[in-house]
Amino acid sequence: MSNNKLNGKVFKYGDSIDTDVIIPARYCTSFHAEDLAPHCLEDLDVTFASRVKSGDVIVAGHNFGCGSSRENAPIAIRGAGASCVIARSFARIFYRNSINIGLPILIAPDAVDGIEDGDQVEVDPTTGIIHNLTKPGEWQADPFPEDIEKIIKIGGLVNYVKERLAQVYDEAVET
Amino acid sequence: MTLAEKILALHSNRDSVKPGDMIMAKLDMILGTDVTVALSVEVFRNMGAEKVFDPDKIALVNDHFVPAKDVKAATLSKIMREFAHEQNIPNYFEVGRSGICHSLLPDKGLVKPGDLVVGADSHTCTYGALGAFSTGIGSTDMACSWALGELWFRVPETTKVVIEGEFQPYVGPKDLIMYIINKLGVEGARYQAIEFTGGTIERMSIDGRITVCNMAIEAGAKTGLIAPDDTTRAFMKKFPDIEGVYLKSDPDAVYSQVLNVDVSGIEPLVAEPYLPSNTRSINELTGVKVNQVVIGSCTNGRLEDFRATAEIMGDNEVHPDVRLIIIPATPGIIREMLAEGLVDKFIKAGAILSPPTCGPCIGGHMGILAKDEVGLFTTNRNFRGRNGHPESKVYLAGPQVAAATALTGRITDPREVV
Repeated sequence: MSNNKLNGKVFKYGDSIDTDVIIPARYCTSFHAEDLAPHCLEDLDVTFASRVKSGDVIVAGHNFGCGSSRENAPIAIRGAGASCVIARSFARIFYRNSINIGLPILIAPDAVDGIEDGDQVEVDPTTGIIHNLTKPGEWQADPFPEDIEKIIKIGGLVNYVKERLAQVYDEAVET
Repeated sequence: MTLAEKILALHSNRDSVKPGDMIMAKLDMILGTDVTVALSVEVFRNMGAEKVFDPDKIALVNDHFVPAKDVKAATLSKIMREFAHEQNIPNYFEVGRSGICHSLLPDKGLVKPGDLVVGADSHTCTYGALGAFSTGIGSTDMACSWALGELWFRVPETTKVVIEGEFQPYVGPKDLIMYIINKLGVEGARYQAIEFTGGTIERMSIDGRITVCNMAIEAGAKTGLIAPDDTTRAFMKKFPDIEGVYLKSDPDAVYSQVLNVDVSGIEPLVAEPYLPSNTRSINELTGVKVNQVVIGSCTNGRLEDFRATAEIMGDNEVHPDVRLIIIPATPGIIREMLAEGLVDKFIKAGAILSPPTCGPCIGGHMGILAKDEVGLFTTNRNFRGRNGHPESKVYLAGPQVAAATALTGRITDPREVV
């Protein structure tokens, strides 16, 4: 289970990081990661997109991803290279969108307390175990509800719908 | 069960549901806009879907970046237009017949009491004003909804807000919802439904209820809703062929929290940057210099909002240092304003009318703020950079405060100018 561990440097931010600062609407005339990633978080931290490296981890406070329904937000975060987001809590549309596109999100208030900006952390998105490599600290993220875990395990909602549609189209052919 | 629970039970073929249950539920309407549909079309094709489940239960609305602000925006609308034609979706709304989705759908009879509605726009919670359970989703959820006609939901807890009392003059539904968001906090109702009840709500028009339910998301809520009643029936009379389901919460329904509000004590309110919950009484902010006032959006772009604006403005002119941009939410509202002489009045006063668009509310176009500029908008969010340069600022208020502010160039208590 450990072969998919994520490892990266932490970019730590505060509460209510909204989708407008994650990716301003002025860039949402595109939904492609390569167009969005250079502007990710630019109204909050203009250096983020140039400093973030593949695998790095965003850590934040309450209500991460509040605001609009734009799926461009988790797409921008993933496109910029961040491997996951750890927060005290997530706004609900961002939560759904992240699960749907396969961006790992972890609810772990104690980890947010124990991790500082710039720390190196290792995250196992399968088990939810978060390990601080810079200074001692290990935390367990809140587990997902069982039905959401099922959606994550089959690779997101799209795969679920693909399976359902295959059944529907098969039945249509048979009748 | 609460109203929200009853609607979800009805759409998942269950006798009852309780908070925390995960359900697959049938959808009555799926809303998409020019800013979210193109990605859904790509996801829809990638999942191997060929036909939408029911073209009549899909609405595709040009509102965010229209009339197209640039080539990329024009391309987003083009993708939506071609998809609508390919799938024979009758409720595709082209510029000229389109408007801000959350005003347009109720006025076209596309949402009704008891419906389960999803929309790839976070303010989809607005249709709770008609007693529907409606909530925002992303583009992937929308593509899956188009394909299957159903979607998974976690049944939310319900926060009950009981609202009593009479509004003071020049205080209204926007002040009320900003007051409630301040009391609950920006995530005080996260993942929950908010049910608005009480005498003040019972006496409130559909326009006012739209303002209140629209901003439920700003307290983190999944939906905001009001039990449909005689006011709702009167509104739905325009659509005699449409039969809604009029439900209400049981007397023994269980709520996660109850907030009691007496509106008679609420002053005109303003929310400071950069959160809609940063609500202050107007006298704490009076005098702040403002460069631009926007009256419109899915929150305050209806006829009653413009009547309230006109009442405060009287025959006065807009302050010479202020740009006053008026954005009626739909072409139908423009015609109502023309009939009442409101358009003439606003233009004479030095305001300008914009076509229906979300434009300045999302920092898209039609009134973007420069560095260090200050706006006072009747919109719903004042996050950093949302309305223009990251060092611009937006204060949120109702149409009365906005109108008074447009006259003086400074944040102004409407009671001082009338």
